Amino acid sequence: MKKTLFTLERVRRLAGDIWELRLSGDTSAITVPGQFVNIELPGKFLRRPISVCDWGPGSLTLLVKEAGEGTKELVRLPAGTELDVLSGLGNGFDLTRAPENAVNTFLVGGGIGAAPLYGLAKRMLAAEWKPALILGFRSQEDAFYLEEFAALGLEVHAATEDGSLGTKGFVTDVLKTLPGCAYLLACGPTPMLKAVHALPRLTGGQFSFEARMACGFGACVGCTIQTKKGLRRVCKDGPIFHKEDIVW
Amino acid sequence: MVDLSVSLAGVSLKNPIIPASGTFGYGREFAELYDLNILGSFSWKGTTRDPRPGNCQPRIAETAAGMLNAVGLQNPGMDAVLREEVLHIGEIFRGPVIANVCGFSLEEYAENCRALEDAEQVKILEVNISCPNVHAGGKNFGSDPRSTAAVTRAVRGATKKPVFMKLSPNVTDIAEIARVCEEEGADGLCLINTLLGMRIDLNTKRPLLANRTGGLSGPAVFPVALRMVWDVYEAVPKLPIIGCGGVASAEDAAEMMLAGASAVEVGAANLRDPWACKTIIENLPGVCARLGVDHISDLTGGAHHG
Repeated sequence: MKKTLFTLERVRRLAGDIWELRLSGDTSAITVPGQFVNIELPGKFLRRPISVCDWGPGSLTLLVKEAGEGTKELVRLPAGTELDVLSGLGNGFDLTRAPENAVNTFLVGGGIGAAPLYGLAKRMLAAEWKPALILGFRSQEDAFYLEEFAALGLEVHAATEDGSLGTKGFVTDVLKTLPGCAYLLACGPTPMLKAVHALPRLTGGQFSFEARMACGFGACVGCTIQTKKGLRRVCKDGPIFHKEDIVW
Repeated sequence: MVDLSVSLAGVSLKNPIIPASGTFGYGREFAELYDLNILGSFSWKGTTRDPRPGNCQPRIAETAAGMLNAVGLQNPGMDAVLREEVLHIGEIFRGPVIANVCGFSLEEYAENCRALEDAEQVKILEVNISCPNVHAGGKNFGSDPRSTAAVTRAVRGATKKPVFMKLSPNVTDIAEIARVCEEEGADGLCLINTLLGMRIDLNTKRPLLANRTGGLSGPAVFPVALRMVWDVYEAVPKLPIIGCGGVASAEDAAEMMLAGASAVEVGAANLRDPWACKTIIENLPGVCARLGVDHISDLTGGAHHG
């Protein structure tokens, strides 16, 4: 974990309440896709934990959904704003735990849960994995980053609740049509994670959890959940948990 | 050269800054970030006899200038702490450790204190009679002078180590509680624990915390804590006080000491800035110079005189 200043370079609205933030700063503490940063905001006591969408040397991309006062303010900060950021938090996805057979590996995202899958996909493709991507949104208006994912050279499936884009229904409706067994790397709202986790024919998977946090680095145990391995902190032991360890 | 050392009931601290219980675990997370030996001491996570999973999620809510927590004393239990944490603390910290001890009965408090008798690095027992997030018969021991007296007596008889009672601010008259602790033989006091509060989620129209209520901490509580330290110092001037509540800077620490504290705990600030205690300690000499003291301990109670 590092505490450093990042400069907000560019903010772009992707869809209704979803924004892309590009920042510059020291990203050396970020080592694995699926980790998050915790951002201090003026006038707010608690930092805002945001998952890393993508990063490079000196550059950081975050996708932010306006969820409350803090995130509303964050996406409206002017370019040039300096932000105090704790970076390199959480365990991230563990690709050594995914099966070698990349054909049946799927990245599954719901809404803003698509964010960490971008950095993950990029690194998997660089390592010659070819996962397929399934993203779920409420409707076409809420969809974002489909072109960015496609530009990576990924097979992209979309599902929308109203059928305005891709398959009508949920990500599970797409997964059900796919032949054979699947290994999933998933991030999204809890009901989605739960539904995906319950699918038959899963050989395994990794699921990114969300929780209300205070510190984000394991000190306050505010975000503890029960797992099959005992109590685990979403911020420090997670946010990624493996299929066989999860208790709903 | 400013002398930052202070003394708490005969225990010497190289400086008055102590990370507060519940914000510092058993030191592990912070030892990865900086050398803990810069600290005066640290107060470990409130420990009960049995392991506790704590309350349901969510346990954290933000407030203006602070936060609510309803962790509910999640801890691995005294045996596991003695077996795993005490040894590990010896590897990451050489100074005196404050053991925050909790209980659900007088017997458990006494038993937990006895269990720590051989833990040599534990120099002070901080007896938590004030956690707002667990309920023994509907209220905590520290909310009433009689039950406070009973716990103080029980732990006093169970240990030779200095006993500091950690007081709740959720009382009508904290000075009365402090006097009872003194009468029953407490060596010192630590105050305040968190203030009981709540938030309601406008999306669900239900309390935001699963536990309904939680403990308020952070800069919002600093003036309340300061006033209570002031009152308690007036009521029991002989007892050393560890001032706790909303301290976020070396200046805040100095205010706490001027109000009557001999040492200062830093809590929620560690969660917002993991290096908060380090920064505060680095800034203490400058604050002392500004206040014209060569020994920081000269600040204690200074605002009451002259």
